[in-house]
This record gives sequence, C-alpha cells and structure tokens, in this order.
Amino acid sequence: MLEIQGISKTFNPGTQDAKKALDDLSLHVNKGDFITIIGANGAGKSTLFNAICGNFIVDSGKIVMDGKDITFMPDHLRAKSIGRLFQDPMRGSAPNMSIEENLALAAGHGGWLARISKHDRELFRERLSQLGMGLEDRMRQPVGLLSGGQRQALTLMMATINPPKILLLDEHTAALDPGTAEKVLDLTKRIVEKDNITCMMVTHNMQSAIDLGNRLLMMNHGKAILDVEGPAKSALTVQVLVDLFRTKAGSELQTDRMLLTDNDN
Amino acid sequence: MDLILTALELGLMSSLTVLALFLSYSMLGVCDLSTDGCFTFGAAVGAVVALSGHPFLAILAAMGAGALSGFVTAFLQTKMGVDSLLSGIVVNTGLYSINIAVMGNSSLLNMNKTETIFTKAKALLGGSFLGPQYKLVVIVLFAALVVLFLAFFLKTRIGLAIRATGDNPDMVRSSSINPVKTTIIGLCISNSFTALSGCLLAQYQKSVNVNIGSGMLTIALASLLIGNTFIGRRRPISLRLVGAVLGAFIFRLVYTAALRLNMPAFMLKLVSSVIVVIAISGPYLQQRFPLLMRKLGKKGRTRNA
Repeated sequence: MLEIQGISKTFNPGTQDAKKALDDLSLHVNKGDFITIIGANGAGKSTLFNAICGNFIVDSGKIVMDGKDITFMPDHLRAKSIGRLFQDPMRGSAPNMSIEENLALAAGHGGWLARISKHDRELFRERLSQLGMGLEDRMRQPVGLLSGGQRQALTLMMATINPPKILLLDEHTAALDPGTAEKVLDLTKRIVEKDNITCMMVTHNMQSAIDLGNRLLMMNHGKAILDVEGPAKSALTVQVLVDLFRTKAGSELQTDRMLLTDNDN
Repeated sequence: MDLILTALELGLMSSLTVLALFLSYSMLGVCDLSTDGCFTFGAAVGAVVALSGHPFLAILAAMGAGALSGFVTAFLQTKMGVDSLLSGIVVNTGLYSINIAVMGNSSLLNMNKTETIFTKAKALLGGSFLGPQYKLVVIVLFAALVVLFLAFFLKTRIGLAIRATGDNPDMVRSSSINPVKTTIIGLCISNSFTALSGCLLAQYQKSVNVNIGSGMLTIALASLLIGNTFIGRRRPISLRLVGAVLGAFIFRLVYTAALRLNMPAFMLKLVSSVIVVIAISGPYLQQRFPLLMRKLGKKGRTRNA
C-alpha cells in the first residue's frame, strides 16, 4: 500500500543545528495495517508523517503509494488520499464555518460551484449521529462553539468521510481529558474497522500502543528500531516494551556517540 | 433629503469596494493594499471604454481589468515569494503609471458629454415613476447583484475553500485545498468588484482623475468594520454581506452630517483612518484593559507600601 524506501531528512543541513530527523528509514505498510508508533521526543515520528504528507520533500529515498511514486507530489494533492489528525483539536476545522460547511469541504462532493445538497445534509446528519455527541442537531452552528473533544471527533469524521487510503493520527487524543480521549479513541477504532482504513497512529501511551492495531513500530533518532506484528505484538506488555526501548535505544545511542567522535576527528 | 439621497448613492457605490474587501479581508484573510490603485484602474478603463461609446462594455472591461490586477497581486504572493502586504503595495504603485497610461498620458478624463449607464438609465426610465431616481436605481441594482452573487458564491465548494483559507490556514495546509488556487480566485473576484466600484463612480460623476481611488482602502475598511459592529461576526454570511453595504451607507451618512457641521471635506481620509483604528484597536484594548488595571493596581500598592 505505502512503500517508504530509505528516506532521509536533515533539518538545517551544514549548520551547528543540523538535525537528522529521518535516517534512511524504510517501511512497508500493508493494506489494512493499523500501526501504532512509539518513540521518545524528537525520534522522528511527526517528521515521518510530515514526509508522507509532503510538508517537505525528503532529501533522499522514495515514497510510493499504491504503486505511484509520490515523492515529489505537492502536499495538497497527496491530501486527497491521506487523512491526518493533529494533537491540537483546533487545527483540523475552521472555527467560523458551520459544522455542515466543514464537512462539505471535507466531502468535496460535486463541482466547484456545487452547494451543500439535501442528500449531503442527510449523509452528514447520519454520520454525526454515530458520534453520539448530539452534533447532528447543531449542523448550522459554527465549529468554534464546540469543545475540544467534539472538534477532534468532527475532524476525525472529516478525515474519514471519504475513506482515505491511509489515516495518520499524530497523538490525536493527547490534548483531551482522559474521558474524552477514550471516547475519541474508541470512535477511531470503530471507524477504522468499519471502513478497513489503513492507519498509522503516534501515541505516548504505551498501553494503547499495545492494545490498538496489528503492528507496532518503535522509532529512535529517525530510524525504526523495532517493528513487531501479529501474535508477537499481542504478547507485548508495557514492561517488555520499556525494556526493549531501553536496550534498543541504548545501543542506538552508542552508535550515535561513535559517529560524533568520528566527526570530531 | 437630497443630501441623504446623495449619501445613499455614494455609499452604495463604495459598498462594492466594501464587499470586495469583505471577500479578501474578512473571508480570505488577505489585506489587499492594491485596492486604491485597482479602484482607479477600474474607473480609468471604464471611462476610456465609455468615451469610445460603449457604456455597458465599460462595466465588463473595468471588471476584467480589476480581475487582472487581482491576479497579479495574488500571483506575486503565492508564486513569486513576495510578501502578501508588499505585493499589494507594489501593484498599487505600478498601477499609478498604468492608470495614467490608460487615460492617454493624462491624469484627468472628462465625460461630460459621454453616454454612461446613468444617461442610458435616464432615457430608459424617463417617464416611469422611477424616472427621477434613475441614478439610485442603477446603483441599487449593481449592489444587489454583487450581494446576491457573493451570498451564492461563498456557499459553493470553492467559496467554502476560500473561507477556510482565511479561517484556519493550518487546516488548509494539511488538507486537499490548494491555497494558491483559492487566493488567486478570491483576489480576482474581489478586485473585479473594486474596479466595478470605481467604474460606477467615474460614470456617476462624469470624470476620472488619477487620485479618484486614493484612500479608498481605508474608507472601505472603515465601512466594513462599522457594518461588523452593527451585524456581528458570528452571523450568517448573507446577513454580514448586507451589513457591509449598511456600513458603507452609515459611513457616508456620518460623513455628510459632519460636512453639514462645517467639517472641511479634506478631513474625510483622517476620519476614515481614525474609524479603522478605533474599530480594530477597540476590542484589543478592551481585552487588555483588565490586565492594564491589574498592573497599575500592583504599582499603586508597591508605592503605598
């Protein structure tokens, strides 16, 4: 489905602040995969998403989606087949536009001059009622009036109203209170399962990284240092994961130090 | 009564520029500093075409010219790496020369004996009950058409995309909306209305000079913000559009009243500047006020202690 072949990205190259955010990273995402991604701050998780979405063009390597090389495709064209949610619930919807207008924008039905049709409204109403938040009765209200959890749920709806080829979730429940976070996570699971959407999810919550999905990816210094799937993943526990991270990341850190010494010479 | 009528006519004519700014400033989130030049551009192009005997074609030509100017402004800021404010200023400056060139190397055109859409309307409405108000009829017609167009357009898919571009740039950046496209389309349309506004004023007052548009941006912005305070920001689009027109009329009315109270005419631009500053800083200062009071209160206490 998504084939990432040895991509690298260095920010501020040639300066003191040079940071290798992605380091020859390769990843093969199968159709229907639900991959959870963990890693320390600065491990390159969000950078990986940015690379897939085309927020920048990678320095080297290739990104292929469904057999099509999208390495140099502009971001807004990629966005047609990629859904993305950020940690900030305010980021995914336009506050001064109504709920139905936001959904219409995401659905993109009809031509340039098409307006929201009766059929669209019925579809939105039916989808919104699945959220169980009563939003279906507030479709003409501006989105700015919604709570963070409601807005994130709406963003999820917008990202999946036309099932994307891949859904990228960047800690999309981290800014919500625990109850709401659970609700949105639950919703995510349901929608992803229903439409069998290929999904990658960054999380800081080790337990949900283990519980959700069929595959777990651990990242450190721009590399994937662990990639487990199926039964091996189900057998993981938080303790095992923490230990694994320490040993894997530890060895990586040593390599890094050696590299630094090499540079100094 | 005549004064109010004139205020209504002038207000409605400038309301087209206010509606243009509603699209570019309130919806798209771009402060289009080429407005003054574009207003004159529309007036000049319209006047030249009208002088050649085609008052209706003048309207289309002026709108086309405005759209072209809007395209250049949008192109500079989306494709050429020129800052959004700077591209407006650059186009505005460039248009000054172009406007003089369009008017045949002159800074003044006279249309006293030229057929305009107003003289056409006078002939058409002649005997009917609308006859005496032929100017107002023409102006109301144009204002209504533009309001109806925008009310329709801003609800279409491309209209929604333009609104989202101004409302949440972060969201647009990670969506399938191409901000280059929305900015170009938005500025082309808004500038065509600005130019239309200039074209109407030129035909109305039967003359154009190269400074006809100077200060128009601030005047229109003041009108827009007046309309905002009357209608409110969280209202449906169609109501806000009517608010923009209302704001233009109120601005003219206040200005006319001030003239009656012996304010010299040259004060118009200062008044519009002050209104814009009050309308923009007012809410900001209101927000800061409690904090300022707290700071002052704290200082007061330390001094006492």
